[in-house]
Amino acid sequence: MDCGGVEITMLSEDKKPVQALQFNIRLLFWLVPVAFFALFYVLPIGSILEHIVADPGSIGKLQSVWPKIWSPLKFTVWQAVLSTLITMLIGVPAAFVFARFRFPGKGLMKILTTIPFIMPTVVVAAGFSSLIGPQGWLNVLLMNLMGLQHPPLQILNTIYAIVLAHVFYNTTVFIRVLGGAWSQLDPKMEYAARSLGASAIKVFKEITLPLLRPAFFSALLLVFLFDFTSFAVILLLGGPGFATLEVEIYTQALHLLNLPMAGLLSFVQLMFTLMLTVGYSRLNQRKSLALQPRDPIEVEKPAVNLAEKMLLWGVNLVLLLLLISPLISLAIRSILAPANNAGVGRLSLRYYTALFVNQRSSLFYVPPVEAIINSLWIGFLTITFTLLVGFFAAKTLSRRTKASRLFDILLMLPLGTSAVTLGLGFLLVFNRPPLIAGHSFVLIPLAHSLVALPFVVRILQPAIESIPDIYTQSAAILGASPWQVWRQIELPLLARSFLSGGIFAFTISIGEFGATTFLSTPDLPTIPVAIYRYLSQPGALNYGQAMAMATILMVVCALAIMVVEKLRLPGISDF
Amino acid sequence: MRINRHLFISWVLLILLLSSCRPKSEDKDITVLNVMTHDSFAVSENIIQLFERENNAQVKFLLSGDTGAALNRAILTKNSPQADVFYGVDNTFLSRALSEGIFEPYASNLINELSEDLLLDPSQRLLPADYGDVCINYDRAYFSAHSLALPVSLQDLTLPQYRGLLVVENPATSSPGLAFLMATIAEFGSDGFINFWKELRANGLVVVNDWESAYYSNFSASSGKGSQPMVVSYSSSPAAEVIFADPPVDDAPTASLMGKNMCFRQVEFVGILAGTKQRDLAEKFVDFVLSVPFQEDIPLQMFVYPANKNAKLPKEFSQYAQTAKQPATLDPQLIADYRDAWIEEWTAAVLR
Repeated sequence: MDCGGVEITMLSEDKKPVQALQFNIRLLFWLVPVAFFALFYVLPIGSILEHIVADPGSIGKLQSVWPKIWSPLKFTVWQAVLSTLITMLIGVPAAFVFARFRFPGKGLMKILTTIPFIMPTVVVAAGFSSLIGPQGWLNVLLMNLMGLQHPPLQILNTIYAIVLAHVFYNTTVFIRVLGGAWSQLDPKMEYAARSLGASAIKVFKEITLPLLRPAFFSALLLVFLFDFTSFAVILLLGGPGFATLEVEIYTQALHLLNLPMAGLLSFVQLMFTLMLTVGYSRLNQRKSLALQPRDPIEVEKPAVNLAEKMLLWGVNLVLLLLLISPLISLAIRSILAPANNAGVGRLSLRYYTALFVNQRSSLFYVPPVEAIINSLWIGFLTITFTLLVGFFAAKTLSRRTKASRLFDILLMLPLGTSAVTLGLGFLLVFNRPPLIAGHSFVLIPLAHSLVALPFVVRILQPAIESIPDIYTQSAAILGASPWQVWRQIELPLLARSFLSGGIFAFTISIGEFGATTFLSTPDLPTIPVAIYRYLSQPGALNYGQAMAMATILMVVCALAIMVVEKLRLPGISDF
Repeated sequence: MRINRHLFISWVLLILLLSSCRPKSEDKDITVLNVMTHDSFAVSENIIQLFERENNAQVKFLLSGDTGAALNRAILTKNSPQADVFYGVDNTFLSRALSEGIFEPYASNLINELSEDLLLDPSQRLLPADYGDVCINYDRAYFSAHSLALPVSLQDLTLPQYRGLLVVENPATSSPGLAFLMATIAEFGSDGFINFWKELRANGLVVVNDWESAYYSNFSASSGKGSQPMVVSYSSSPAAEVIFADPPVDDAPTASLMGKNMCFRQVEFVGILAGTKQRDLAEKFVDFVLSVPFQEDIPLQMFVYPANKNAKLPKEFSQYAQTAKQPATLDPQLIADYRDAWIEEWTAAVLR
């Protein structure tokens, strides 16, 4: 009997007569994720793609259509490849350092490097421009130091700004996904190989690398898909000179109101994503070796020699510069009142206190505490949905049948799908009770779960595969109900993976991925919504309050991640 | 396993706790009126309460993205309308909205109180609710520090002394950007506007995608301290700079360029969505929107001007904001027919 899937005759505890309570668990495990995916992904996307067929006239003639697809597609792929490569160059050493070394401030650095992932792009753009913009601190400093007349750094509205922002956002994916796997890799295998005379390079090539391959490709694919569907970064930091497929879809759908064309572009985007995930699944076909994961505490050690120390501090310095300094510049803006007549800025908390006052007694004023509660609430629901569906999906996928491999590929698609298309699809499909887009707020965490699901499945699946079948089988033979098996064996063994999956789901939810604009319900304004409200009107106070709200968002997320990471679940050290 | 149980219980407790903070669901006896609008919509709490108390109703606003996104949402859901009233179709989208047939005619009694030049829909499906001028704002300190004369026409902007000083929004992604493009078409005609834009481009024009970037990252007089002293914004923005100043100021740091055809008048309309099940209440709401109390609330909430001639302006508006004497206007039908082509032509000439 293998784990979890086979029909089990259940014995109720108070020893009622054994009924023919044949409960096909395997079917249930299939049913939950498939139904979720069909209802909240296939249906909405299908309803948009339908428009291509329904009204091909609005798309135009074939000769004129092709350049409209080819030029954004070319740019989309190019910038995504470039961004992914550079993110990888920074992310892989960072993953290594975080997995293998113990150093002061590591916990804090790990949390801080996750924060970029949740920041709304509007404020990130503001942070970048206050740092590297023409009048940004870096340029002002350089101009003063070198006696220049003009700002030397002209990065905004270039491809560099796009790449920089993508690195800023996605390095954490490498740290979390690759670093996570690396930190659970048993170093004894490497030590053994070294003591048998293998060189460090040989050990890396023949032991570390093959074992990390799945995690590496996962991270690579996830980062690529994020860059591939990048929208706000291109729009705000790249400027109008650049258009990705996603930007074109947005313009076609919402400004030119040409849904068939938007549908066609979405289709192209979808096909490309599909191609990519099929390739990925080919690469990843081999079952990952079932290793006993180690407690990361056992794996990490302090940096001893000079090379290690240099790597350690080099990586941290780069992370500090690229990921953390824009965040700090936002926080400083939020406590820096504008210069007085003498030209000196001063520190003040007035933007924070102003947040609590409904200055214009507006109906749409968002009290900060309410925004925080709303964001957390949606975040927690997203965690619950994603872990629930994700567990069933990962369990199914770990069986590695043909059908499950196909489903694995499909599950990745939401990540490479246009958020605009998905959002519009939700509008088309969910417009009568019980689910109405814009009224039923539960659609928001559901949409977030869709995006978070591929992450969570990627994290849970290897963990599930590494649980030896013998554990669950013996428990079942000894009379444990499936529920008992789950609670007393699988849950403790999977606890760590549930935690990191939960953190990912939470960060994706808090950062509000694109589709949500179509679903947002007015009664439930979240922190990003509050930030947008302030930034959409002129005036120093509005700008300051947006920065203050963004800082609150950072702090709330850091605290939430900290709390979740501090939950040292039982059983982990007993591995 | 006790700790596991604790964890599970605390999770459930947390969810229960958070759900108890959720707003209570509305009273069943009260009729709910749904109003779809764009994200920039704003109104005072007490004004809406006036309406709600008078009609024993609850008004729910569906903020649905920018103007284009909100309208598109209404069009997409026209077979099962999500709202009873739509607020915020502007004159660049007017014809499109009408040709989709998503609005029902309503001849409100208050029509004769509205400015005649704003009544652009003879079928009375969309009634004007507010208007604003999209103008170039300039940094007063910059122009006086450099003793630079102000441009008095659109053509002036191509002069060498204004090289690299103007930031505009992409008309394909921004509604003030589109409005400004319309102003140039009104001034130079649909044949000549492209040449003007080519000259602007040669003169160091800066283009960004959205108003937020233009104003907060590029404009030198905003808190972002950018490097362009001229930005396409609204004629009311200088008033907002005073109201939201920090520390308080006596005079606006910015002002608008008001030359002939330099501003484009954006009119926003309100209309009853076809298929509403609450036609009576929807009519009452449209009347309420056009009535003086709501109209006088508009300027300080949305920073645009009331369409009702009897509504008085707040003092910050009369002091720091102006309306253009000779705003640029275009026939909505012309806009509907050519907007896509104009945007494509503009994109090819300015961005590629």
